[in-house]
Amino acid sequence: MTTLATVFEKARAENRAALVGYLPAGFPTIDGAIAAATAMVEAGCDVIEIGLPYSDPLMDGPTIQDAVHRALENGTRIADVMRTVEGVAKSGAATLVMTYWNPIDRYGADRFARDLANAGGVGTITPDLTPEEAGPWREASASAGIDTVFLVAPSSTEERIAIVTECCTGFVYAASLMGVTGARESVGAAAAGLVERTRPHAKVPVCVGLGVGTGAQAAEVAAYADGVIVGSAFIRRLLDAPNEQEGLRAVRELAAELAEGVRR
Amino acid sequence: MSISEGTLITPADFTGAGSAGDVSERGKFGVFGGRFVPEALIPALDEVAAEYEKARTDLAFIREFDHLLRTYAGRPTTITDVPRFAEQAGGARILLKREDLTHTGAHKINNVLGQALLTKRLGKSRVIAETGAGQHGVATATAAALMGLECVIYMGAVDCERQALNVARMKLLGARVVPVTNGSQTLKDAINEAFRDWVTNVDSTHYLFGTVAGPYPFPGIVRDFARIIGVEARRQVLELTGKLPDAICAAVGGGSNAIGIMHAFIEDEGVQLHGYEAGGRGLETGEHALTLTAGSIGVLHGSRTYVLQDDEGQTIESHSISAGLDYPGVGPEHAWLKDSGRATYHGITDAEAMDAFALLARTEGIIPAIESSHALAGALKLGRDLGPDATILVNLSGRGDKDMGTAMKYFNL
Repeated sequence: MTTLATVFEKARAENRAALVGYLPAGFPTIDGAIAAATAMVEAGCDVIEIGLPYSDPLMDGPTIQDAVHRALENGTRIADVMRTVEGVAKSGAATLVMTYWNPIDRYGADRFARDLANAGGVGTITPDLTPEEAGPWREASASAGIDTVFLVAPSSTEERIAIVTECCTGFVYAASLMGVTGARESVGAAAAGLVERTRPHAKVPVCVGLGVGTGAQAAEVAAYADGVIVGSAFIRRLLDAPNEQEGLRAVRELAAELAEGVRR
Repeated sequence: MSISEGTLITPADFTGAGSAGDVSERGKFGVFGGRFVPEALIPALDEVAAEYEKARTDLAFIREFDHLLRTYAGRPTTITDVPRFAEQAGGARILLKREDLTHTGAHKINNVLGQALLTKRLGKSRVIAETGAGQHGVATATAAALMGLECVIYMGAVDCERQALNVARMKLLGARVVPVTNGSQTLKDAINEAFRDWVTNVDSTHYLFGTVAGPYPFPGIVRDFARIIGVEARRQVLELTGKLPDAICAAVGGGSNAIGIMHAFIEDEGVQLHGYEAGGRGLETGEHALTLTAGSIGVLHGSRTYVLQDDEGQTIESHSISAGLDYPGVGPEHAWLKDSGRATYHGITDAEAMDAFALLARTEGIIPAIESSHALAGALKLGRDLGPDATILVNLSGRGDKDMGTAMKYFNL
């Protein structure tokens, strides 16, 4: 199993940023997501975040909402998410689950952490779990030996950055802009400043996500961050493809472009 | 500076200071409440909380709010004895708190005026809001027009259709109404969309939250601005009958009208508190909004509370003939009142609510909102249980003009 620590060590040794790709489980199908994520790894993604489809994704823009809606329509369950993690982890990428808090809360924190670890998952990103409410999840994750990633945002005060980074193992997720997920014309101007403000508090690498979708943007972010996170742009490729084969080709192409970007 | 004679509220009334029922500690009501939101919103929530803490003890703010309630919203609202209606309730005495008589026709105006004043204190120029029945949207658009704020209302596309009249009212008041077409296209999806707007535009925008749900500090703020309902009613019932009522009945969707009338009575142990949720087509059909009566504890829209959810935490779509109760979550303070046993919650089906709707119209000449009709139907049952000596106070939270389309279809009018 590849851990986050080894991924970032390797990237640092190669003097580049790590490439993190996101895809929800169950989209376009359960096996289709495993195939697409595996293609992303083969083309250069170091880390994969598998999204756990949730009925009320209030941090997500239209692209991820659309994909998640389809995944739920496909009947995607938590067991399928675990199976997806297992399939993707085999490709050699460090594999996390990104999820809103309620599905874990309902499933049971200890059970979720244990099942994820057993599936070969290395951690979670929980965008709506604030440090104040994260105690039980941090404990469950620590005993299962998986990492906990939380988000900082351009609006975060110095004090909040300190509180959030204290809870992060694996890496810190720096949201590049104020808004929901989705590819944009340009990466938020606040991102570099946020990474700079986060560094002194963080004992782990700092990755930047939200709005990154091209090789040029990946290169721009890689200049100041330890990792570049891309989600909606991959999903867009799959949504726009006429068939699964074309979809796989398109995500592979994008992953290669981004992988080249983080190496510039 | 002191509050002058003849005002409606004192600082103590307004904040519920010293009330044992006020268990809000950083938004925690027992295990319920809290904050489950993206970190990006934490500074804005902190800012709202801090400004509100200053405002609620600021006599100038309280006087301005009080002035608006009296001279704009039409407070105090009266209480009305409804003996012909009460004949169907085993002869118990039923008193209606007439929130339907406020400006815009529903209790929502109370919270909206308070938060619009808060928006100005925050130095923000734009408000957004979610709406189900459209009443909160209309009230928000009204307050925005009054105070010169830009206003965007998110409303589920399904709700836009069944509450077309309110959509037109909001537009006339200068608001932009955005139909939300994802998910179940009702209130919960409108809330998701409003949160997405807020995280994007938080510098200029206040999210004028419409009910006692959501992340801290909203449940407490909305409750405090709605609390005037119970504060007035308690005085009025005492004056009219010489004693406190035996029971309070209120409809519960998100729960703001219910907490508004209940909160001033929480310490009055002899006063039963009853909330009525939308039973829709009946519990057994799965088409209902029985969050407290049939839901389980989870997290929705930033708060730990009772939720309609499946075994993996996916929200289950609710159903009610009344858009304002069609919500799969509920305010965390109600969750706490339920678990502590202080309040009791029941279901009222669409059919029971519509019967009470028609009965009040025919016996008393008052057309209630379908939301409020759930409380009326509850009072009819409760009266039969409590007997003819009982006095029941019902929150008539809104008027039924907006519901005539539904009524025309339902009754073939």
